[in-house]
Amino acid sequence: MISDDLLGNDAHWAFGTDFEDPLAGVDTTVPDGVDPAALARYCLMLGDDALVLSQRLSEWCSRAPDLEEDIALANVALDLLGQARLLLARAAAADPSVVPALPDDSPVPAEDALAFFRSPAEFRNVTMAELPNGDFAETITRLLLLSICRLAEFESMVAHPDAVLAAVAAKGRKELAYHRDFAARWFVTLARGTAESRRRVLGALDGLWAFWPELDAPADVEVVLDQVFAAADVSRPEVTPARGLGRECVHTEALTDLLAEMQSVARAHPKGLW
Amino acid sequence: MTVTETELAGHFEATVARGDRVEPRDWMPEAYRKTLIRQIAQHAHSEIIGMQPEGDWISRAPSLRRKAILLAKVQDEAGHGLYLYSACETLGTSRRELTEKLLSGKQKYSSIFNYPTPSYADVGTIGWLVDGAAICNQVPLCRTSFGPYGRAMIRICKEESFHQRQGYELLMTMMRGTDEQRAMVQESVDRFWWPALMMFGPPDDASPNTEQSMAWGIKRNTNDELRQKFVDMTVPQARALGVTLPDPELRWNSERQAHDFGEPDWHEFWAVVKGNGPCNAERLDRRRSAHEDGAWVRDAAVAFAEEGAR
Amino acid sequence: MSEWPLYEVFLRSKRGLNHVHVGSLHAPDDRFALMHARDVYTRRNEGVSIWVVRACEITASSPDEKDPMFAPSGDKVYRHPTFYDIPEHVPHM
Ligand SMILES: [Fe+2]
Ligand SMILES: [Fe+2]
Repeated sequence: MISDDLLGNDAHWAFGTDFEDPLAGVDTTVPDGVDPAALARYCLMLGDDALVLSQRLSEWCSRAPDLEEDIALANVALDLLGQARLLLARAAAADPSVVPALPDDSPVPAEDALAFFRSPAEFRNVTMAELPNGDFAETITRLLLLSICRLAEFESMVAHPDAVLAAVAAKGRKELAYHRDFAARWFVTLARGTAESRRRVLGALDGLWAFWPELDAPADVEVVLDQVFAAADVSRPEVTPARGLGRECVHTEALTDLLAEMQSVARAHPKGLW
Repeated sequence: MTVTETELAGHFEATVARGDRVEPRDWMPEAYRKTLIRQIAQHAHSEIIGMQPEGDWISRAPSLRRKAILLAKVQDEAGHGLYLYSACETLGTSRRELTEKLLSGKQKYSSIFNYPTPSYADVGTIGWLVDGAAICNQVPLCRTSFGPYGRAMIRICKEESFHQRQGYELLMTMMRGTDEQRAMVQESVDRFWWPALMMFGPPDDASPNTEQSMAWGIKRNTNDELRQKFVDMTVPQARALGVTLPDPELRWNSERQAHDFGEPDWHEFWAVVKGNGPCNAERLDRRRSAHEDGAWVRDAAVAFAEEGAR
Repeated sequence: MSEWPLYEVFLRSKRGLNHVHVGSLHAPDDRFALMHARDVYTRRNEGVSIWVVRACEITASSPDEKDPMFAPSGDKVYRHPTFYDIPEHVPHM
């Protein structure tokens, strides 16, 4: 439609995400010694965290504090959505029994059956991912806490015996390192910016801190988090932990609402082709 | 030795006549600068407001693949707005000023984004028809006389062709789906066809600025020329898709080697331009609250940067 | 309300090539400018080298400066449209 001569040689434009298939050439059989049901459950945990947080982040689209931040948050949401797709597809391949039953002639692929046709009580994401969006300080703080833990998880997952998970981790850790840096940079900026931004970010941290224990962070993550807190001149809040049971599929109303919206079109057309 | 205004004007006109680009630090007539600011700003605002009608479907996209495509597309539109605001800033205005003029109604954006998007098929139709019409409008602008505008357009056009393709592909896929989906596609095309034709602006005889803009090389084709081109391009695509276009007067004219087509409702066009379209208030409200709610964040970042500089 | 300063962005998309100007953006400081450049202009392509510089730090000649006709007019303020402040009451701006 657009002639190439008009657009010229675009070698110097750096368009483009990483279009390579991260699973190219990867052995997809579940290796001996790995329990397929446990593998699927693990993939659902990490896949649901990514899917639900991505959904929350994409709510910022056209509403961010500036165009640059709109684009940045969409990039994070897209990275997480990409991770979610790979992980849900892996869950379905490892243990097909986790995929909800659809009519025989339904063209819905497994990743979409998992995303759009499970009920809230079948989701394994942590509570922090599903909480309704607050202000920008809340989004940044949540992204900091979640990405710092997820990065640690992916860094150890690089050595997972399942070659697919290892490949997903190898790709995802670079993305997550960026998410963490982005969030940490903003966290420090807001904490040391103006009186108002500091008030907001401390309030956000207080609100989210009750859900921190549910993330079950390893000791080295706690160390990194303390470094960020020190740079921001923030101390760990004293808040009673909430009973976060997202991994056991116990969720807040917020997830019910999020899924009702997310799944509405797909469920209205169970035989639809998209 | 001093240079007179007449000599400068002569040099400017020669540059444009040669088909050369005018660059930001060149002397340019004040009216040229104003026309450019108005046109580029309107274009930038359209990209940013244009995020909303489709953006509303990101949360409900019916497959994860479609969700990713749609989010990436709407994100691209934010980028387009950003490139265009930057081009406009080389003319001596700022993004904040431009945003304030959008919010106060002093500057406009494309009327197409004041139409609602009640159906998921609208995501496809917007990609196909709205981005398609935008491409017809924008490809000639890659050769526009003002350098920064032309360069922004080149980058934008690259991405727009992806937008049009993803929209058309969504509609094609839906047409292969259920009867309900096919009906959704047709209903959406029926709603968007006329507004898409209006995107090229009023007919040439009611477009007083066109002549001057063409003389300055800001504009490269008249509204009616581009509208004709769009219709000729779209009719075979509609046939391939299996939808009808809602215009009983639409037929091939072998004498003209072009399609004859009906007249859009220009009353409706002017009503929407004047702010009385179905979604004008809603679109500006969203933009306003994003801008206002973001103020404390932008201020905090400036305060922190100043602290670091001390 | 403060506005973030304007930055110009230069990319080297591949080793062996020059950095090329690709556009502009706003950022509160250099570090954010780099992050924004990565997000806006590379969609985060790995291995791309990015330079950012505050637009106001760039010293520029006019494109026509070598043309004797314009040599003496370098000090003329109207040749520097970037620094025009356009008043609020001007219509259609
Ligand atoms: Fe666009
Ligand atoms: Fe577009």
